[in-house]
Amino acid sequence: MNELSSSASTPTIQCEQLSHSFPMAGERFQVLKGIDLTVMPGEMVAIIGPSGSGKSTLMNLIGCLMTPEQGELKILGKSTSGLTKAQLADVRRDHIGFVFQQFNLLARTSALDNVKMPLMYHDEPIKDADERARACLESVGLGDRLHNHPSQLSGGQQQRVAIARALINRPDILLADEPTGALDTHTSGEIMALFRKLNNAGHTVVLVTHEMEVAEQADRIVMVRDGCLLQDSSQHLEGAK
Amino acid sequence: MSQLFTALISLRRNMMRSILTTLGIIIGISAVIIMFALGEGAQREVEEKIKSLGTNLLMVRAEAINTAGARGASGNVNRLNISDADAIKRDLSEVVAVGAYNRGQAQVVYGNQNWNTGIQGANVDLLTASNWQVTDGRAYSESEVRSGAKVVLIGETVAKELFDDPAFAVGETVRVNKIPLKIIGLLGAKGEDMRGFDQDDILIMPLTTANRRVIGKSGRDINRVSRMVVAVDEENNMTYVSEEMERLLNQRHRVAAGQTAFSVRNLSAMLSTRAEANKVFSSLLAGVAGVSLLVGGIGVMNIMLVSVTERTREIGLRMAVGAKPRAILAQFLIESVVLCLVGAMLGLLISLLAVGLMQFGMGWSMALSPVIMLISVVGTALIGVGFGFYPAYKASNLDPIEALRFE
Ligand SMILES: Nc1ncnc2c1ncn2[C@@H]1O[C@H](COP(=O)(O)OP(=O)(O)O)[C@@H](O)[C@H]1O
Ligand SMILES: [Mg+2]
Repeated sequence: MNELSSSASTPTIQCEQLSHSFPMAGERFQVLKGIDLTVMPGEMVAIIGPSGSGKSTLMNLIGCLMTPEQGELKILGKSTSGLTKAQLADVRRDHIGFVFQQFNLLARTSALDNVKMPLMYHDEPIKDADERARACLESVGLGDRLHNHPSQLSGGQQQRVAIARALINRPDILLADEPTGALDTHTSGEIMALFRKLNNAGHTVVLVTHEMEVAEQADRIVMVRDGCLLQDSSQHLEGAK
Repeated sequence: MSQLFTALISLRRNMMRSILTTLGIIIGISAVIIMFALGEGAQREVEEKIKSLGTNLLMVRAEAINTAGARGASGNVNRLNISDADAIKRDLSEVVAVGAYNRGQAQVVYGNQNWNTGIQGANVDLLTASNWQVTDGRAYSESEVRSGAKVVLIGETVAKELFDDPAFAVGETVRVNKIPLKIIGLLGAKGEDMRGFDQDDILIMPLTTANRRVIGKSGRDINRVSRMVVAVDEENNMTYVSEEMERLLNQRHRVAAGQTAFSVRNLSAMLSTRAEANKVFSSLLAGVAGVSLLVGGIGVMNIMLVSVTERTREIGLRMAVGAKPRAILAQFLIESVVLCLVGAMLGLLISLLAVGLMQFGMGWSMALSPVIMLISVVGTALIGVGFGFYPAYKASNLDPIEALRFE
């Protein structure tokens, strides 16, 4: 988000002909077949598609958790091809915030410490770690739950902690893979409202869902089916914007 | 720093498991330290003993005659004589004193008190050679040795057993194997010897008195002695004196060439040989204890592998938020080193307590070596690195996606 003003014209995410396959029963199962996707700064994009269509694989590629077999991914205009594991880790730390379906909070660890955790992987120690973590928790509405452990929080609150954790490194992109998948309808509405709010505050958000009501909260919906991008609603929405 | 903190937190979560895991390390460390403390303690005791003995003592004994390796019939033993002692002192100017003596056991009675003790019948020089001080009264004289006077010197232990106050002993008459002997002097306390025998549980009397009346058998040469303690002026002369002495004794007793009739041994050399053997033995035991350290290391590796598996999702998460493989490796290495060091500290504590107990509670001689303590702690840290490496490497090499998916 820091780069918003300076490089408004540089896409935050640029996928060019991304392809990926997995070994399956002795053959290779082609999950993604040449995906082209561009996300501009400040956008909120929902990726939808049936289960097993390759949404998570696409998210993992965008999040630099894995490297594509073919095609190229650019983050803030910079290619990620040929980066080492350690360099990819730096890209994740400096540009990407992850939110998972299963929250993935550290058990028996306070909300504050959970949110602080990513800061320990910076080369220089972060001095104001506590203040930063507190600010992030306040921004997701958990300013009064700093010292609660995950087991003392509801599902929705746990996901808020996870979102605060994703924000702690001031990422350029928030990636959320089925962030409401483990939540009831009401809570999932609240979480989507939070993403909406974060997007309004300038965060670029990409989220995966298989529920249309959830996807409709985004200003752009992308559908994945059989490894291809079927439909991109950006054209319609661009006019409305 | 924060990594160290994280490691401590994660170990505290599994307190019981951590302690059980480090049991091997705890036992290993304390065994190593205790063994070395015992070995060092024994060594120091010997060194002190040698110091108190004076370094320049030779021990002469008559041996069964030995011809070309074959032992002669029993009884075929050469006899040392008090005149041998005189001859040695006369002929070898390097010799300061020659104590010649016989040993035996006797029942000593005073009033209605009685006590069983060791006795020595000796020449006058023995008191010098064996470093005895007469703290009350006087020593016996040459003429008393010649005449077989009925006098005796009493060791502190015997004096305490027979008299309410050892200060009253001198001047009293005791019956030693029914022979009345007058106590003319009290011997200064020497304490325990190498084997833990009380050296003050003793009576010393003129050789002839002992031979004729107390331990003598009828018809025996009253000038006969079984051993001699020879004090030499300088350590450098020890070898020369022992060779000359053996030559002189062989000549005086007409021992045929090639036969061994007397043994001459360097007392301090004997003591240090024994100390050396002690040390080797306790080092060996410490080595065995070190093996238990290794076994402890394997336990640590095992538990670290379990920990990596249990925390697979956590590892995936850490990688997703930007932890490099190296950071994950470091985290688990630190954890295993911390685990080992916690074990080392507990082991250190236990060994300090045990050594304290042995030293002050049981009166054993122990010497803690800071070097050994340092080596074993550093060694344990290395074990932590060595055995922690494989689990840590395994963790750092996980694929983040698969790790995050792990159930
Ligand atoms: N690591 C893997 N190994 C083998 N097959 C995989 C792996 N990851 C995903 N797949 C397969 O790829 C397909 C797409 O998976 P995914 O991207 O998770 O789909 P979605 O998130 O849309 O449900 C599925 O059929 C899945 O079985
Ligand atoms: Mg999925």
